[in-house]
Amino acid sequence: MIAEAGLAALWFAAALALLQLVLVAMGLTGRKDELLAAVRPVAVAQGLLTALAFAALVTLFLRSDMSVLLVVTNSHSMKPWLYKFAGTWGNHEGSMLLWVTVMGVAGAAVALFERALRRDTHMATLGAQAAISLGFYAFLLFSSNPFARISPAPADGQGLNPLLQDPGLAFHPPTLYLGYVGLSVAFSFAVGALLTRRVDSAFARAMRPWVLAAWVLLTLGITAGSYWAYYELGWGGWWFWDPVENASLMPWLAATALLHSVTVLATRDALRAWTVMLAVVAFSMSMVGTFLVRSGILTSVHAFAVDPERGSFILALLAIYIGGALALFGWRIGTVREGEPFELVSRETMLVVNNLLLSVILGLVLVGTLYPLLTEAFGHKVSVGAPYFDRIAGPIALGLMVAMAAGPLMRWRRDSAAAAGRRLLVPAAVLIVAAVVVGLLAWGRIGILPYLGLVIALATAVASVTPLWRRSLRRTPLFTWGMVIAHLGCAVSLAGMASDSAFTVEKLVAARPGDVIETAGWRLRFVQILPRAGDNWTALQADVEASRGGGSPTMLHPQARFFASPPTPTTEAALLTRWDGQLYVVLGQEADAGRWQMRIWWKPFVTLIWLGGFLIALGGALALVGRERRGWVLKWRARRAVA
Amino acid sequence: MRKMLIWLPLALFLAFFALFAGGLFKPDDRVITSKLVGQPLPGFALPAGASDRPALASTDFATGKPRLLNIFASWCVPCAAEAPQLEALRRAGAEIDAIAIRDARDDVDAFLRRNGNPYSRIGLDARSSVQIALGSSGVPETFVIDGKGLIRYQHIGDIRADDVPMILDRLKDAQ
Repeated sequence: MIAEAGLAALWFAAALALLQLVLVAMGLTGRKDELLAAVRPVAVAQGLLTALAFAALVTLFLRSDMSVLLVVTNSHSMKPWLYKFAGTWGNHEGSMLLWVTVMGVAGAAVALFERALRRDTHMATLGAQAAISLGFYAFLLFSSNPFARISPAPADGQGLNPLLQDPGLAFHPPTLYLGYVGLSVAFSFAVGALLTRRVDSAFARAMRPWVLAAWVLLTLGITAGSYWAYYELGWGGWWFWDPVENASLMPWLAATALLHSVTVLATRDALRAWTVMLAVVAFSMSMVGTFLVRSGILTSVHAFAVDPERGSFILALLAIYIGGALALFGWRIGTVREGEPFELVSRETMLVVNNLLLSVILGLVLVGTLYPLLTEAFGHKVSVGAPYFDRIAGPIALGLMVAMAAGPLMRWRRDSAAAAGRRLLVPAAVLIVAAVVVGLLAWGRIGILPYLGLVIALATAVASVTPLWRRSLRRTPLFTWGMVIAHLGCAVSLAGMASDSAFTVEKLVAARPGDVIETAGWRLRFVQILPRAGDNWTALQADVEASRGGGSPTMLHPQARFFASPPTPTTEAALLTRWDGQLYVVLGQEADAGRWQMRIWWKPFVTLIWLGGFLIALGGALALVGRERRGWVLKWRARRAVA
Repeated sequence: MRKMLIWLPLALFLAFFALFAGGLFKPDDRVITSKLVGQPLPGFALPAGASDRPALASTDFATGKPRLLNIFASWCVPCAAEAPQLEALRRAGAEIDAIAIRDARDDVDAFLRRNGNPYSRIGLDARSSVQIALGSSGVPETFVIDGKGLIRYQHIGDIRADDVPMILDRLKDAQ
């Protein structure tokens, strides 16, 4: 019953999306206001129905309803309830339902809360949102029905991939999807503005909070995913340049560029065409990412739905939406007036540099990710790995950091080179001092990229807080705080990355209980190894006592786990976090009688990577609240003035 | 110029679209052709792999007559499954030499007692170095070597019963 109700809700939502599209098309072309008046309620109802369908699927998973095929193939009644809940989106159909739910709810939010946009642009935006949703409804209903029944119902399910049985699954995919799909709003805004020929600073001000919100969630999702991969896969790495990781990075790069160019458009009415293009590209990258994951066209650790039929469906959607939006761009952008000019030494220039560098990185990551496809088309089979991305994207990212440090210290429109130079004096001095000090301490022991990374991280950290210099901190607007904290977060994250690749110590040993292992100032005593049992797994657990500098020891418990359903071995790394880094211990196989492989890493300041990611998201959230609050205050004052 | 730039993103997207569509509908590669086909055998001289067969060197091949070179191991289950097909090939007149990979002579002897011994010569490649030089990535694999010592064909995986006539044809072609 619940499954049928969910499916019905999905069909109704799809029908409402079609209705929404038709209402907008007829209302705008025929100038029929009574039709347009119905658009917002329809969008809200559509959002509610998708939420209902999603709630139905969650209920089926929580109840372990084994008459539903998706539950059978991805769940098991013995699973802890959190993984039953999170297992709802730990599979192809469920995650696509999450996708359309986010899209429907985001559309409802645009209908309810967007007040700054001109009415015709607003309506066109909702029409575009309905058009995109429609394609994904069709995809779900025709090729990925999450509510399909199975008869006869088996006694129990096949379980969830053990790598996914982690609290991270409850958090990482939903935030990432909110970010991915949140960018669809920016896409719809761009299409709406192109259709109604309203690309101006008012449009940018209306679009900015939506972009910011999506970007914050995308940042959180990527940060969480990176940490999850770091501790769950047990490889000690935090970024693997896997196609699916790239699929989340590419929309983030585009959204970051968009965030900055939309600010230029909102404040200075410049970069009109470019901003619209980025809004289209950002969501296109989300869709391309989904296509890469779902089609099985590139192999990856994430490829859990290898299916050319679904792949061709998504490819058709890509062709319609991205191709359509780019064609609309080509057709309409010529009618958009050139924006305001600006001079070479100005904040606009720095933001253009930022946008160009982000776009170059985006292009390189895209080419690198698609390289196997490209070469295969010419008869070779070559793929590129982490060294390509590190070497190509690394130096440009460092250049980007320098631009990021300098940008906020420039004035809008026009600045004198001398004055800008004075403001940049302190960060430049820090850069030189850091270069010398780090050079003296570590030259020859670390690579050139980690060296530059450390030096630039120090200098940009100082530069990022310089805009607060000689300002009343209480009077500083919240969005300035947001910018400062986000930029500081970039510096912090870069410092963590550089420190990890420069100073990590790795040791592989075969130890028997009683052995003492010394590495990187740590003393690890292998106490014993014992079997353990959990809800749906058994494990061999090592007790390892770690201490440093004669301090009190801490017990670590790395495990080699065996999941019963589906039968899979996994490693559960043990992590010990200290202020200056993380100790990372992985228990491997039994080497020979009584000796166990153990892999130990000491990673100095590695946690800064995710702390930085969190700061970036926090900065974005502060900027969002700051801008919105200012809008509310202004509106309130205006209302009082009228009264 | 600006006109062109405006349409550039769409053009790029269409190129990507073609690439995607091509990649999506292209069938997977199931047949892999070795780069070493047509090349001479890499030089090697291995110690004897079994107690009742002579050792094997690359110079044993350029004798004017095509031969099969089978790569196997006593610890490899598909190799045991392949033994009847090798026996059938031998009875059809093929001369078969072998390289035992990461193996010990006692184990090879026991394996041949259990599964039969179709080989003329057996070399022992304890560290897989010859196997790697041959571009072979696993056991069992079988190479057709012509009378001049050139590699003519590489068969990856065990030889099934329906593969036997094809292997004999390859041997005939290598005359």
